[in-house]
Amino acid sequence: MAETAVKERNEATAAKTVQFKIQRQDSPDSSPYWETFNVPYRQNMNVISALMEIRRNPVNSEGKQTSPIQWEMNCLEEVCGACSMVINGRPRQSCTALVDQLTQPITLEPMRTFPVVRDLVVDREVMFDSLKKVKAWVPIDGTYDLGEGPRMPERKRQWAYELSKCMTCGVCLEACPNVNDKTNFIGPALISQVRLFNSHPTGAMNRDERLDALMQDGGLAECGNSQNCVVACPKGIPLTTSIAAMNRAASVYSFKRFFGSDHMVD
Amino acid sequence: MRDSDFALRRLHSLLGIIPIGLFLTQHLIINHFATQGVEAFNTASDFMGNLPFVLWLEWIVIYIPLMFHAFFGLYIAFTAKPNTNRYGTYRNWMFSLQRITGVFLVIFIAWHIWQTRIQKALGADVDFDMMADILANPFMIAFYVVGVISATFHFANGFWSFLVTWGITQSPRSQRISTYVMMGLFLALSVIGIRAIFAFV
Repeated sequence: MAETAVKERNEATAAKTVQFKIQRQDSPDSSPYWETFNVPYRQNMNVISALMEIRRNPVNSEGKQTSPIQWEMNCLEEVCGACSMVINGRPRQSCTALVDQLTQPITLEPMRTFPVVRDLVVDREVMFDSLKKVKAWVPIDGTYDLGEGPRMPERKRQWAYELSKCMTCGVCLEACPNVNDKTNFIGPALISQVRLFNSHPTGAMNRDERLDALMQDGGLAECGNSQNCVVACPKGIPLTTSIAAMNRAASVYSFKRFFGSDHMVD
Repeated sequence: MRDSDFALRRLHSLLGIIPIGLFLTQHLIINHFATQGVEAFNTASDFMGNLPFVLWLEWIVIYIPLMFHAFFGLYIAFTAKPNTNRYGTYRNWMFSLQRITGVFLVIFIAWHIWQTRIQKALGADVDFDMMADILANPFMIAFYVVGVISATFHFANGFWSFLVTWGITQSPRSQRISTYVMMGLFLALSVIGIRAIFAFV
């Protein structure tokens, strides 16, 4: 009986195909074009397995041989952020984009907020440069052993863990109307990272340096409160709360910096 | 922009509430005297127009802050790339509408100042009849109604973002509550403003 059921299911799905409409671009400077593909349906397939199928057999819907599509992937479990792309109009990770849950034709586009390298591959280096700008780390290097840092309350660690889930995927930057080629806004993710490192007990010892960086051109003040970031974030990070929290910290800090204070880091 | 960008944007946010938002509220309330008749409106308008140091007050409280807010606001509006077709959320619509009403208000307020304050400087009398003449034209009634509603919306929604920008409302719940409070402010100011317009018709 079970064998018959499996056979029937395979027969039913064998005839089914999934249509993909993919925006391609051969080089960083060339103009984009669309290409459609009909991919044989398999159960539980995601966008990445469909792209792998196209790579295995790079023939488009007109039956013409074409070049395989380029995309990035790494962890395949939505923790690395590498496979982000615009799927059916919305930026998200292609590993967790299940074909059964998407309306067809499924459109794939690169996240054009970033420079396109080829097809669906984008260069997210601007985000990594911004992480350096805002000093998103805890400095502990020295010439001798500094010993243990201050303890972090467990409940604080638990909410800070939520902020640490950020994988620099770039989806919130793609969703933000104020991150574009006319501005140099660093984007919501970076502001939330400052909040993460400024709430770390050892990281807080340099909180003024990170706030200084956030108050530079392209920083915190460029947020326009459209709140798309918190809607788009695949990890459910409270980005708008982080932005408002950093706004409060920057308000207090800007007064301290202007008038002078003995409490720059406490 | 460079390093002063933060200070300029915070100044833009502050000036929108103090003094511009306060002035708008005061202006709409004084206009409301028109609903009590020609005499009441003219008394109020004469009182406002003959305040001591009136030119200083106008420049410091109105013209300089308003010009900075308007011109820096245009820069902010035209460097955004609205995407309400991708995210049709309430907040994203407010983001776009804030910029659309802002640009419209630059045009409306420039026209309004030309029709009233500049005409006064050229020798006209600012009184009930001046507004009644302007609003005798049905196109002008529509223009003023849209202008007043744009202004009250831009103020109420701008007040909401002011609270976020300065870090006063931080949690999602506090931001939701301030949304409802600002909706109330928008409705109240709009009713006051529209009633005054139709008192001249």
